Amino acid sequence: MADAKLGGSGGVERPLSPHLQVYRWTIPMALSILHRATGAALYAGTLLLVWWVAAAAAGPDAYANAQLVVGSIYGRFVLFCFSLALVFHLLNGIRHLVWDTGRGFAVPTAKASGWLVLILTLVLTLAAWFVGYAAMEFHR
Amino acid sequence: MSTRTPLSRARGLGSARSGVHHFWMQRVTAVALVPLVVWLIASLAYHAGADYESARAFFAQPIAGALLLLLIGASAYHMKLGMQVIIEDYIHKEGTKLTLLMLNSFFCVAVALLGGLAIIKLSFGG
Repeated sequence: MADAKLGGSGGVERPLSPHLQVYRWTIPMALSILHRATGAALYAGTLLLVWWVAAAAAGPDAYANAQLVVGSIYGRFVLFCFSLALVFHLLNGIRHLVWDTGRGFAVPTAKASGWLVLILTLVLTLAAWFVGYAAMEFHR
Repeated sequence: MSTRTPLSRARGLGSARSGVHHFWMQRVTAVALVPLVVWLIASLAYHAGADYESARAFFAQPIAGALLLLLIGASAYHMKLGMQVIIEDYIHKEGTKLTLLMLNSFFCVAVALLGGLAIIKLSFGG
């Protein structure tokens, strides 16, 4: 292997096996990497969850402060992205669990379930925010 | 008679008998998290904009405390397993890899402990 790297045959560039950039993006492939990306994002996002319960446990001032930050336009944006990632990871995770039973592997099925996950992610996230805004009016 | 090769026996490295443990725990925590996350999103949406007193009343319910503890525990375990695979996939320098794997464990234990203690404190009305 070291030979190939050093160009053992007189500096000849040897061909490499095809990698990511030669493939046309498909839905199953895009959702696969998105599942990992959202997982990594949610990893950091758990700090948000911990902050929320810790602020409630710390007292009224800390809680009011947390509400102020989360309620700001930037806070809402971060929370929206968090909810989008969470709903996607949840739905695509269910898709993975179905695959674990050996079902849904046919290419058309895998494509269809991928689109379904994407559409449901948008619909359910927006529905949750709709309920959230309605609840805010109610609590005002 | 053993079918292991003499070299394998000398090294003493056989199956660690934990082949599918990582895979299995990833699925167990995933299944547990499905209803827990649905409940969390519904609760958060329903309590949006609620004041401190209502939040405390929510946390004081035993069922909410129990579900939150399960959620934080299953999440910490699930994300520890997930991030471990990401590190193992992309980091090939032995020292860096081991350091990151340890930091991953520390972070997930910290999340579980901090979240868990706060929830317990809230449950007991502290």
